[in-house]
Parts: sequence; C-alpha cells; structure tokens
Amino acid sequence: MGALINDFVVKVGTVNGTGSASANGLLMKAIFRMGIPVVGKNIFPSNIQGLPTWYEIRVTEAGYSGRSGDVHLMVAMNAKSHAKDLACVTPGGFLLYDNTWPVDSLQSRDDVTTLGIPLAKMCNAEFAVARSRILMKNMAYVGAVAAMINLDMEVVHALVSEMFAKKPKLIPLNIKALALGYDYAKENFPCAKALKLESRDLTKGKVMMEGNRATGLGCVYGGATFGAWYPITPSTSVMDSFAQYCAQFRVDAETGKNKYCIIQAEDELASAGLMIGASWNGARAFTPTSGAGISLMSEFIGFAYYTETPAVFIDVMRVGPSTGMPTRTQQCDITLTAYASHGDTKHIVLYPANPSECFDMAVNALDLAERFQTPVFLLSDLDVGMNDWMIDELSWDDNYLPDRGKILTAEDLDAMEQPYYRYEDVDGDHIPYRTLPATHPSKGVYFNRGSGHTKFGQYTEDGAAYQEVVDRLAAKWASAAPKIPAPIIHAAKSVADYAIIAIGSSDGAIIEARDRLADTGLNIDYMRVRGFPFADAVSAFIKAHKKTFVIEQNRDGQLHNLLLTETDAPREKLGSILHYNGDPLSFKFVQAALIKAIGELS
Amino acid sequence: MTSFAKPKIARKNEKRNAIGLVRSDYDGAMSTLCAGCGHDSVTAAMARAFFELSIAPHQAVKVSGIGCSSKTTGYFLENAHGNNTVHGRMPAVATGAIAANGQLTYIGVSGDGDSLSIGLGQFVHAMRRNVDMLYMLENNGIYALTKGQFSAAADIGSVAKKGEVNAMPPIDPAALALTVGATFVARSFSGDREQLTALIKAGLKHKGFAVIDVISPCVSFNDHKGSTKSYAHTYKYYHKGVHADYVAPEEEIVAQYDAGQVMPVELHDGGVINLRKLDDSHDPTDRIAALTKVMASQNEDEILTGLLYIDESPLDMHAMNNQEARPLNAIPYGELNPGAAALKALQAGFK
Repeated sequence: MGALINDFVVKVGTVNGTGSASANGLLMKAIFRMGIPVVGKNIFPSNIQGLPTWYEIRVTEAGYSGRSGDVHLMVAMNAKSHAKDLACVTPGGFLLYDNTWPVDSLQSRDDVTTLGIPLAKMCNAEFAVARSRILMKNMAYVGAVAAMINLDMEVVHALVSEMFAKKPKLIPLNIKALALGYDYAKENFPCAKALKLESRDLTKGKVMMEGNRATGLGCVYGGATFGAWYPITPSTSVMDSFAQYCAQFRVDAETGKNKYCIIQAEDELASAGLMIGASWNGARAFTPTSGAGISLMSEFIGFAYYTETPAVFIDVMRVGPSTGMPTRTQQCDITLTAYASHGDTKHIVLYPANPSECFDMAVNALDLAERFQTPVFLLSDLDVGMNDWMIDELSWDDNYLPDRGKILTAEDLDAMEQPYYRYEDVDGDHIPYRTLPATHPSKGVYFNRGSGHTKFGQYTEDGAAYQEVVDRLAAKWASAAPKIPAPIIHAAKSVADYAIIAIGSSDGAIIEARDRLADTGLNIDYMRVRGFPFADAVSAFIKAHKKTFVIEQNRDGQLHNLLLTETDAPREKLGSILHYNGDPLSFKFVQAALIKAIGELS
Repeated sequence: MTSFAKPKIARKNEKRNAIGLVRSDYDGAMSTLCAGCGHDSVTAAMARAFFELSIAPHQAVKVSGIGCSSKTTGYFLENAHGNNTVHGRMPAVATGAIAANGQLTYIGVSGDGDSLSIGLGQFVHAMRRNVDMLYMLENNGIYALTKGQFSAAADIGSVAKKGEVNAMPPIDPAALALTVGATFVARSFSGDREQLTALIKAGLKHKGFAVIDVISPCVSFNDHKGSTKSYAHTYKYYHKGVHADYVAPEEEIVAQYDAGQVMPVELHDGGVINLRKLDDSHDPTDRIAALTKVMASQNEDEILTGLLYIDESPLDMHAMNNQEARPLNAIPYGELNPGAAALKALQAGFK
C-alpha cells in the first residue's frame, strides 16, 4: 500500500455504551476542520450497552459521500469483535489494538500490520475514577490515530475546548488522554507515512449533519405546527430535532407559551390519527416513523387518502421484514409507501438522497400534502437519517410562503354562487376545496367519512357515484408527477448504451462507481429518481438506453417492480442490482456489480 | 342505507336560545337506526344540550369511530363539521383536532365495541392526556352493526339473542376512566333524558376529558330476557346517585335545592355545576371513594348513574403541553419561520 493522502478509511470498533461516540465525532470533525471532506458511518447494535459497535470515517478529498468498502486503519478496541475487525482490513492496512491484555496470536494476518498500544494500562495509571478510565481510553485512541494520520492537534484541542465548554474541568483531562495515545504512537508507530492528512480548503460552506436533523429543521421551516410520533429507531431523532428547534424558535418571548404541539402517542396507529386530526383541523402536521410504524398506520393512510386529508408521513427505513435489523439500513419500504393501505390507494412519495434533500423535501412534503389533499411520504433511510453527511450549508429563501392548497374562507363561501360540496372538482384540476371546522355558521360544512361517498360528500352505496370519486382520486394522484422534485440525470461524456436508475442514499456510491468506470472507458448514464408518481422523463430515459440497471437496497427489486408497473418501459430494458445486507452501499460493490452485469450482456 | 335530510318544520312561538336559534337548528340528517334504538334518544339529548347551552352549531366539532353509535354524529348539529374516523381510532383524531384548535367544543360519540375492544388503548390515552372533550360512550353490550356479538362491556351471565352466555368479565368504562385520569366520569341511561341532558351539558362545559357511559339498549339484538343491557333490566336496576346541573356564568345562581344537598363545582368558564346528591353515600369529588362506590354498586347489581366523579383542577392537554390558546391554524407563518439568518447561525455548530 503506497501512501494514501486524504483518501483512506479509519474504522473504530468499540463496545457500545462506553462513550466512544463523542471520541469518534471528535476525530471526524477535526478532519473536516482541516478542510478535508469526510464521511461518517455509524454501524451500531440495537442495544444500549455491551455489544460491538463500529464507526467508519472515510477521508475523501474527492468529496464522495458513499462508503468505499475499504478499511485502512482498524482501531480494534473490542476484544470480542477482534477477529471480525481484523478480517475487514484492506491488505496492506493497519490494525491498532489495546495490548494491555494478550490477544490470541492466531489472530493476525501477514498482510496487515498489527500495532499494539497499552491504552488501558496507560489510562489506569493516569486516571483514578473507573468511568474516567473507560472514557479517557477513547480519547487516548483518538490521540494515537491522530499521530498516525497526521491530524492537526491544534484543531483537536480547539474542538475539545468547544465540546467541554460547559464543563471546563474536563478539558485538561481529555487533553492529557489525547497526549497519552499521541506520544505513544509517535514513538512506536509509523506516523504520517502510509496514511496522511494534508490540510486543504475544501469544506468551506459545508456542514456535517445527519438527515434526521435536517428533516426536523425542514418541518420547522415548512411551518409545521403539529407533530405526533411514537419512538422508533431510526426515526426518533427527527422528532428530537423538531422539538429542539421548536423550543428554540417557537416559544413566545412574552408569554412563554408554545406555538406548536408535539404529542408522543401510545402507538403508531394513534400518531397517524393524531396527525390526521390536526391536519383536518388546519394545522400543518407530520409524523415520523419507520417501516414497522407504516404497517401499523396503514388503515389511517387509506382514510387520509379517501377523505383527502393532507398527511405527511416520514419513513426513515430500516431493515425489515418484521422487527428486522432496526439499526441497519435498507430501501425496503418502496412498495409499501407507494400503495400503503387496503383498497385502491396510491401515494405521493419523495426520495431524499442526503440531508440537504431531507430539509428541502420536508418542506415539499408539507406543501404537496396540502396542495393535493393526500398522504405524502418522505422516504428517507437510516443511512441518510442517522449518519453524518458533509453537505452544502442549508439555505433558506425568506420569500417562501407555505402552499396551504385549496381551503375556503368564510368570505370565499359567501361569494360562491353555487352550493359548496366537499368532493366536487370545480376547477377541473381533480382537486376539490376543503373547509376547516368553524369557518362559517351555515356554509361549507361537511362530514368527513372513510365510507363510500359521492362527490357531494354524501354517504353512498351507488356504484357509479362511488366510481366517479375514486377515478378523480387516481387522476389527482397522476397530476402530482410534474409537481414533485424532478429526476436528476447525470449524463455520460459520450453516448452511453447503459444506464442506472436509483433513489436516495445509493447516490454517493453510484456516482463514485460511475466515475471510476468512466476512467476505464465505460460510460454509463445515471438518473436519480426523486419522487413518485414518476415523471414522464423516467420512461423516456429507460427507453433511450439498451439496458438500465435499477440499483437499490432491498432483496425483491421493489423500485424495479414499481418502474415496470408504473411506467410503460419495456420489461427487457430493465435489469436489477440489489444490495440488502443492511450496510450502507459502497462504490466497490456497485462497481463490481455493474462490471459483472454488463459483462454478462456482451 | 343512504342519509336523508330531516324536513324542517317551522313552529309558531318556538323557544329560542340565547343566540336566537331554535331546537331544530341543532338537528342533523334523519337517523337510519332501528326504531326504538336507545342511540336516537341520546342523539336528541345531545342536540338539546347544545341548544340549551346556546353553543353555535358551527363552533362544535363531532367525531366518531365505527359502529351504530358512531353513525349518529350525522344525526345532529348539521352545521358542525363531523369526522367519522376509523374503528376505535376516534380518540386520536379528536386529540389531534383539539390540539390544532382548542377553542371549539368537541363531542366524540362512540360505542362499547369501538371504545372498549378495538379502541381501548386510544380511549385510555385520551383520558390520560385529559383532552378537553366530551366522550359519549353509547353502551349496548354488543356489536350491533355486525348483528349481535358480545362486546367487552357484556356482563358475566348476560345471554345473547341466540342463547350464548357471556363468561368473561366486563370492562366497566366508568371504573376504567376513574383509574386512568378522566376528570369527569358519569353514567346514564338513554331512557332518562332529563338526567342525560343535564350530564351532557355539564360534560361539555367541563374543562378536560368528560366521559358519559350511557346504557343505550339495542332493540334488535340485545333487548331480550337474560340481557343485562335491555330496557327492562336497566329500568329495574337503575339507581340515581348524583344529579349535575350546569349553571352558566351569566345566570344568577339561585339555590334551588335544600341547603346541604347541593355542592357547587366551579368551572373554568365561570359557570358552576351544582351537584345534587340523591344518594348520600356518594362523594363525587373523591376519586377513590367514587371508584369504591362504583364497584360496590356493581356488586349489588345496581346500575349507579349520575355524575360519578368530577375534578376541575387538573391540567388539560393544552396546559400540559404549555401550548398557547390561539389555534395552531391561526398562527401566521411569519411567527413560525425562523428565517434564513437563523438557519445560517444555527449551522455554525455543524462546522
């Protein structure tokens, strides 16, 4: 392995509940502060304390957002996962471990340099309190890694001072621990040789943020005033974010009263109902959940669809089926969210690929739900939602006004010549007018019902009257296609026979794999679809290529099937590349899969 | 089973309420329930209560789940928005609606199947949150719309129309409500319109979650010999505990009852509920005593009715959430949007 400058992966394996998260965050942020693009992936167990957990830091001067699939420096702090940690190191790489206690000599590889450091011994000698010894061990390995990769210690010290600004007594303690690891590494390990950071100026105007934080912020900026939820990994931090920023920005300075309401429901059935009730009564409302929650909400999703009540469901996908692997990522709710609930139902779905889009699309979702009076799904995933992404600083247009859709006021009702009916398509745009309770003493009232109804809002068991309404609903849904974020096409430098279609978090790995293949002369076009119903451009894109590979993170090719069902693209033009082990997609996987698939065709 | 408009008949010298409306202004569509159904009497009592309280119909919101009782929200207050939700889930929709706008009067109509089986969780949690609404539980002991299966309110030993005997203990909504935080708990009977109307008025004016368990016999599937929710059985074991009369703040409070018999409870709107004890052994301001009384009366095969418990002091949902009184839908976007500068400032922490 030659020297890798600003392009390598450090992976830390620890035991969860030992406080390593802040140490790893420190390591990553310090690299970011050196002006070098970085990606963080947290691979954690569904557990609070005692199980193996990993944090992968990819330094990527080129600014790619996916995983590479490599591990150049493995910090193996957990004896229980040592064998696995050793196995994942890229040939020529390093494994750093705590040699306070002996590790089985069989656990070594000829092509990996194993570096022992007596972290526990050093920390036990230096610190008296048991908890400090555990926590400081984390800082000590950060010090050792810093020395090995040439991390700027001034930056690290500045970050430590920020981290403990409210507990300044802890600053010297942490600086000491960092030095223990740093000094030992300097003396005993190859430093700034194989892996080396060099300061750059590539992170200006960028921030490191998780998608769920951005989603919560988007709900604040989009004017949501009501959120209902039930705690579920990996979506919980969406509401944490919304609550944090509401507390910061939505409390009346004079009265101290909240201009928002958040309700933690008894289950997801209730959170859906709470959101629908609030929305029906005119509040901008949303509920964050994950796939298991969507399963429970399904009855209410159909109710919102049929009663034409605006409803925003944020699904941060995790591995299914059933409880599945709650702390691993997948794109496995594509089919579910497209058609959730019994009967004929179709929904608007948005597919964010990074935290920037989580922010923007949260606002889009609130607007679309009210414009089209229907459920809208923001379909994020654990990788986007819970990992740290380097993104352009979020920006906001102060001229934005929410699109509340077609709501009649008392003045509107008084000005109407014809009587008001809830489900009448007055404008020929398939969207009826709604009214809010208490709008007018005698006009505009309606009875919201999930039972069969006519366009006048009356109960019906008449087939033709029923059909008239559900046909309009289908037309309304289809009419949303041009209003949702358009697909993004990455065209190859020259005419390409082959193409890729994907959604969401697969984006970074695909862009990188595609760049590498282009370097070898294989040009591939790429379309990232950003919403459902699909834009017309999707079908045209597929037809324009010899073969389009649908790359997605599930077993059954859900996006592939949705494209076959919902576009007129010929079946033989679509192929499938699937990744569903729960890890975030890596460019190496995509690259290898594309080479294999294209090889089989020619 | 379509809905029919109820014909409006103008009467001379009809009594008008404080806002100039007549009783028929509080009607809805024609009921499609069976002739003699207890629910129709409850509907009439609800309409009358709103009329007597002079609540403008459009300032009320009706919510319901699924079942015969839930259908009745279509049969009164035609100028109020109604939301006929999904089975057992009315409490969530009602809670969300109330969170969005706490300035309207909310009435939920449900049944024993809707509230005590499929919807038990939501019913309980709405009470825990002390949502400011009146929850009418029209209790006939069975699932009527699916033709007579036992509900969770069926008493042990109650006999179904086809002869099956219920062996499982009932869930008593009043006893349940007393243990999970409801702040107004009452029981009544569709056949006692005076008591019921008074309770509905008091329940509508109570700040917090009010529940009235109304025995409302099903004439088609549960009004036979052996049923403990029949008209005959209810009349036989009916026992009046505490009567509740709402007196509006603007009305002069006149002691109409013998001193010592009346206990006034002050409401948030300045009105008063005068409690008239018909049973001296019942203290409706003591939750533990009320629960003991409810359980003791059950033990004696007595259907204890009236206001079982009231407490005006606990925080309602809005207060618990420290939410301002203005409806969420009335807050201008300008007050909700932190703006571009704030977004820039907050992101300094992510660099």
